Amino acid sequence: MTATRWQTWLWLAQRGSAAVLALCVLVHLVTMIVVVQGGLTAGDILGRTRGNAGWAAFYATFVLAVAIHAPIGVRTIATEWLGVRGRAVDGVLVVFGGVLAWLGWRAVAAVTGISG
Amino acid sequence: MQATIAVKVWRGTSDGVWQAFDVPRRDAQTVLDVVTHIQRHLDATLAYRFACRVGMCGSCAMMVNGRARWTCRTHVDVVAPEGALTIGPLGHLPVVRDLVVDMAPFFDKAQRAHAAFVPTATRHDPFAVVPPTSPARRAADAGIECIGCGVCYAACDVVDWRPDYLGPAALNRAWTLVNDVRDGGQRARLQAVAGDAGCHACHTHQSCTRACPKHLAPTGAIAGLKRATARAAMRGEID
Repeated sequence: MTATRWQTWLWLAQRGSAAVLALCVLVHLVTMIVVVQGGLTAGDILGRTRGNAGWAAFYATFVLAVAIHAPIGVRTIATEWLGVRGRAVDGVLVVFGGVLAWLGWRAVAAVTGISG
Repeated sequence: MQATIAVKVWRGTSDGVWQAFDVPRRDAQTVLDVVTHIQRHLDATLAYRFACRVGMCGSCAMMVNGRARWTCRTHVDVVAPEGALTIGPLGHLPVVRDLVVDMAPFFDKAQRAHAAFVPTATRHDPFAVVPPTSPARRAADAGIECIGCGVCYAACDVVDWRPDYLGPAALNRAWTLVNDVRDGGQRARLQAVAGDAGCHACHTHQSCTRACPKHLAPTGAIAGLKRATARAAMRGEID
C-alpha cells in the first residue's frame, strides 16, 4: 500500500472509529449513571455482566474502536511535536494500538468472565 | 494619540535582530505607511515588498504584532492603539532580507497540489455552460477570490509542524478546481492533496479562515477535500 493511500485510510479509520466511540461512550456513561442511582454495587454489576454475550460484544467493540482511534491521534502528535516520521511513526501506531487492545481486552475479559 | 509610534522592525535574515524606530503618528495611518516612512526617512537600506497599496496584489503581507496581515489594509489605530508595533517578515517562509520573504516554497506547494486548471476543451469547442446556482459552482465561488498573499500560510500551525504540508492556500485553490466541471485533472489532483502532507493533516484550527484578508474559508475548502478524497479512496482511486 502506498503512503498516500495508507494515510487516507488512517483518516477514514479515525473518523469511523470516532463515530463508534461517540455511541459507545454515551451508552457506557448513561448505563453507569443509571445503575449507580439504582443502588447496584460493583458485585451486583459484575453478576449481570459475567457471561453476558451482549455486554461482551459491546465492550469488545468499544475497546476495538479505542485501539484504532487513539493510536492514529498519537501518530499525529508523534509526527508534529516529536518529529517522528516515516516508518518509525507507523511503528508507534502499531505498538500503541497493540498495547491498548491488549489492556482493553483484559478488562473486557475480567468484567464479562470470558477467558482472555 | 501619541506623537510617535515605537516600532520594532526585523533586520537581517533568519538570524537577524529587531531594530527600534520612532515613527511620527498620523491620521488614518497604515502599517505599510509606517514601513515606508522608515525606508524613506530613517533607514534607506530597509528591504520590504509592496505594489498596489490597496489590497489587490497581496505582496505586502507581514507579521504585525505577531499576526499575519496585509500591511496596506491594516490601520495602526486598530492594531496598535497604545502606539507600539512589531513588524516582521511573513511567517513560515525563508527570509531573503528584513521584511522580504522568499515566496517560492509557497508557490511550489500550489504546483504540488495541482492547483492549476487542466483544460479538456479546445478553442474550437463551444463555451462550457456552468449554471451560476449549481452547487459545484457555488463551492468554487466561495474560494475563488484568493490572491495568493500567503497570510493563511503564515497563520497555519500545521505548516509550522509539518514543513511538507501543502497549506491552506494551495488546498483552497485545489478545492475550487475540484468543483470546476470543465477540469480534466481531478483524479491526479485528489491524489496530490490526500495524505499527511495534504488535507488530512489539517486540524481544523481555522487560523487560516480567521486570518484571511479576503474573508475566505480555506478550512471549509479543506473539509471538502477530505470528503472528496475519502470518496476517492473508497472507490480505489487513491494510489
